[in-house]
Amino acid sequence: MLLLDRHGPKEDVWERAETLCQAETNFVLTPFGAIAESPLVQTDLRLAALLEPNRALDEVTPFFDRLDMIVVHFPSAADGRGFSTARQLRQAGFKGILRAFGPLISDQFPQALACGFDEVEIIGAAAARQPVEHWMEALKRISFLYQRDYGAQDSIPEQRLARAAHV
Amino acid sequence: MYLYDEFDERLVRERVAQFASQVERRLSGALTEDEFRPLRLKNGLYLQLHSYMLRIAIPYGALNARQLRRLAHIADVHDRGYGHFTTRTNLQFHWAKLKDVPSVLGLLADVGMHCIQTSGNCIRNVTADPFAGVAFDEIEDPRPVAELIRQWSSLHPEFEWLARKFKIAVSGAAQDRTVMKSHDLGVRIVRDAASGAIGYRILVGGGLGRSPMEAQVLRDFLPREDLLAFLEAALRVYNLAGRRDNKWKARIKFLVLDIGVEVFRARVEEEFARIDKTKANANPAEEARIASFFASPPYESLPEISRSLEQAVARDEELARFVGNNLTRHKRKGYAALTISLKAIGGIAGDISSGQMRAVADLAELYSFDEARVTYAQNLVLPHVRLDDVPLIFARLKEQGLATANVGLITDIISCPGLDYCALATARSIPIAQALSQKFADPARQKDIGELSIKISGCVNACGHHHVGAIGILGLEKKGAESYQITLGGEAGDDYALGELLGPGLPAEKVPEAVERLVAVYLARREAGENFIETTRRLGLAPFKTAFKEIADAVA
Amino acid sequence: MAAAKRPELPAILIANDLREGEVVFATLEGWTRDPRRALVVQDERAAEALQVFGAKEFLRAKVVDPQLVAIESAEGAPRPRHYREALRALGPSVRPDLGKQADFQI
Ligand code: HEM
Ligand code: SF4
Repeated sequence: MLLLDRHGPKEDVWERAETLCQAETNFVLTPFGAIAESPLVQTDLRLAALLEPNRALDEVTPFFDRLDMIVVHFPSAADGRGFSTARQLRQAGFKGILRAFGPLISDQFPQALACGFDEVEIIGAAAARQPVEHWMEALKRISFLYQRDYGAQDSIPEQRLARAAHV
Repeated sequence: MYLYDEFDERLVRERVAQFASQVERRLSGALTEDEFRPLRLKNGLYLQLHSYMLRIAIPYGALNARQLRRLAHIADVHDRGYGHFTTRTNLQFHWAKLKDVPSVLGLLADVGMHCIQTSGNCIRNVTADPFAGVAFDEIEDPRPVAELIRQWSSLHPEFEWLARKFKIAVSGAAQDRTVMKSHDLGVRIVRDAASGAIGYRILVGGGLGRSPMEAQVLRDFLPREDLLAFLEAALRVYNLAGRRDNKWKARIKFLVLDIGVEVFRARVEEEFARIDKTKANANPAEEARIASFFASPPYESLPEISRSLEQAVARDEELARFVGNNLTRHKRKGYAALTISLKAIGGIAGDISSGQMRAVADLAELYSFDEARVTYAQNLVLPHVRLDDVPLIFARLKEQGLATANVGLITDIISCPGLDYCALATARSIPIAQALSQKFADPARQKDIGELSIKISGCVNACGHHHVGAIGILGLEKKGAESYQITLGGEAGDDYALGELLGPGLPAEKVPEAVERLVAVYLARREAGENFIETTRRLGLAPFKTAFKEIADAVA
Repeated sequence: MAAAKRPELPAILIANDLREGEVVFATLEGWTRDPRRALVVQDERAAEALQVFGAKEFLRAKVVDPQLVAIESAEGAPRPRHYREALRALGPSVRPDLGKQADFQI
């Protein structure tokens, strides 16, 4: 397993549990279904939900206040639904941590960040074959994007405008 | 023509370095073939039957002399001296080596070209009307919006891992010349009848392949400023809902079919309403910057008719045929758009040698304001030639074997590479095209037959557009041998229609005879002024089926 | 590579070289570009060994798309029985000047 954000690898503080009552710590990551079904709100419990890519946005938005983190599952590297899911969650106002989880490849790291993810968790053989350097190098490869409003960097159209205003 | 600024150039150069690193990681084993395949495809690199194939993007079909010369150089140094133009107006080199591809990409970047998203499950190279900017029936030049879409779709972080490929075409003329209705998404520039404002009609859900479908209207009139936000909404709905479990049902056309165009439209509109337009749409200043590259070239004021051309035509029968078939009306008096047929009799449709590329580069530079275009019919266009210059251009083309006067005629055959190159093919398609071309070679006969499109694919993927050919030919495997199904009545433009099957598959050697029979039915039954497709519509399939059956029965 | 159905014998193993893309044929000493030097297997055990070799070479990032293909027992270069594999082993039929057919005058 490999957990990374834009600064590098990090420790995973989240405990995985199938249901909320199984949790032993105060940082619990559980399937979204388990949270949606449990009415009980324990104030000191930090909650994270694992979201399958086919979950409709409307089902999730009512839980935004209760969730510190949403983990979006990527069943395979080629299945890019999670990128749009992240975009929709951010657009709908989710301010917590967004994590991409699955057998991603390092070239997808900047795409994940641009779509609103904060971190990626890579599992299985994909994590073993792709060392941390690959992921960090991937972030430096493409300096600027054409798309406006994807990521923190100024997009190419915005930079063009800024430059035109200068001359 | 659009020229890269430092931002475009940096992005393409960085993309080259990124691909070089992907190749390195593949060779070291850090990436498996399953992981690497989509990465190489997104960079236009296929593994074919004999070798890798590199597909180079020619956005909306536009090329200049420098680019053509660079392509010729790559053909000579890194390939086998030729390239192949495709129905999506890209250029393919069929003998690429993986280890050389990064340096070839560097050579392309030097002249403002790339292979980004020419394959793979992402937004593909955008195509447009080959007569953009010169067509007399144009509402507005589609190239600025095509270039805007090219930039917006390039390396889009959200849409690089779609369920399946996504093809966009743009047209700004009264007549569709892009096969728009076979695209995943079509952008048609229209004028709103009430307000007179220019905007877009958006079509969705077209596609050929194993289950051909006709695109339907998604939005009848989209204000021009909302284009990118609307595209983002449509792509997001597709990215989330397109089928991931079955690649044969993953194109957007199946989603539209499954939920119905109304439900699909409602979902797109719902997403569109949520998007912050001020952030998603293009800035008007940026649109204006792009549009400025497509200003009209400095045309001369010329008389409508060229006396020198008329005199030359009167002297030279071949030139007369060329002028009759290969010139298209231009919006400016005294000019024409000249189509260079890549369908020499018995040749390979869409193939062009490095020498021919250089010759076309010279002609574009000297006579067409440094512009050439690629058409979906696998031909080239010199978009603005003076009528006075046509005899000279014709003579130069003739030296290069490029003066075939058959545009739109029965020997102007569209053909995919088929099993001679393609790993997915079930049968060869080029030899069928060659045999037909030879059978109908006689110019007088071609003229008598008139406008007729033959389109050939080597498997159900339909890269050769056989569904929309007046005569469509599909190569399949039957009992361990190549076998060809023939369809009739397909049309690519505004009267879009899918051809209907005439009967059982035929062996290769019977195909020319069968086509000849179909043509004979037309010649015998046509009414004055009626072309092939009009006759098939009036008569229906029956008389053609009867003629076809005689051949099919003889085979059986 | 999935354990595909074994083709009829005799057979040869065809693949594409990962780095170059060129069609290559398995021999006792590795791979060759020359179809005339392809190892022809006549029995089940040898065919299986060849298939295992192909799968290993695929995992080692040497070749892609390794396939055991049935051939006709012809003189000179072994000729695949199926027209697809025959084209793959020879080159494009419309360009006799290119591919194996030209490189090795087959
Ligand atoms: C040579 C290697 C090629 C491969 C492996 C290939 C692969 C494919 C595949 C798999 C499809 C079907 C996609 C689907 O329906 O989901 C397709 C469709 C298509 N390809 Fe290709 N192709 C190749 C070459 C070409 C060439 C040479 C052309 C142009 C002559 C071309 C243009 C197209 C077009 C226009 C479609 C239309 C399909 C549609 O819109 O459904 N391709 N190709
Ligand atoms: S139609 Fe089939 S044979 Fe022809 S190029 Fe496309 S995939 Fe290959």
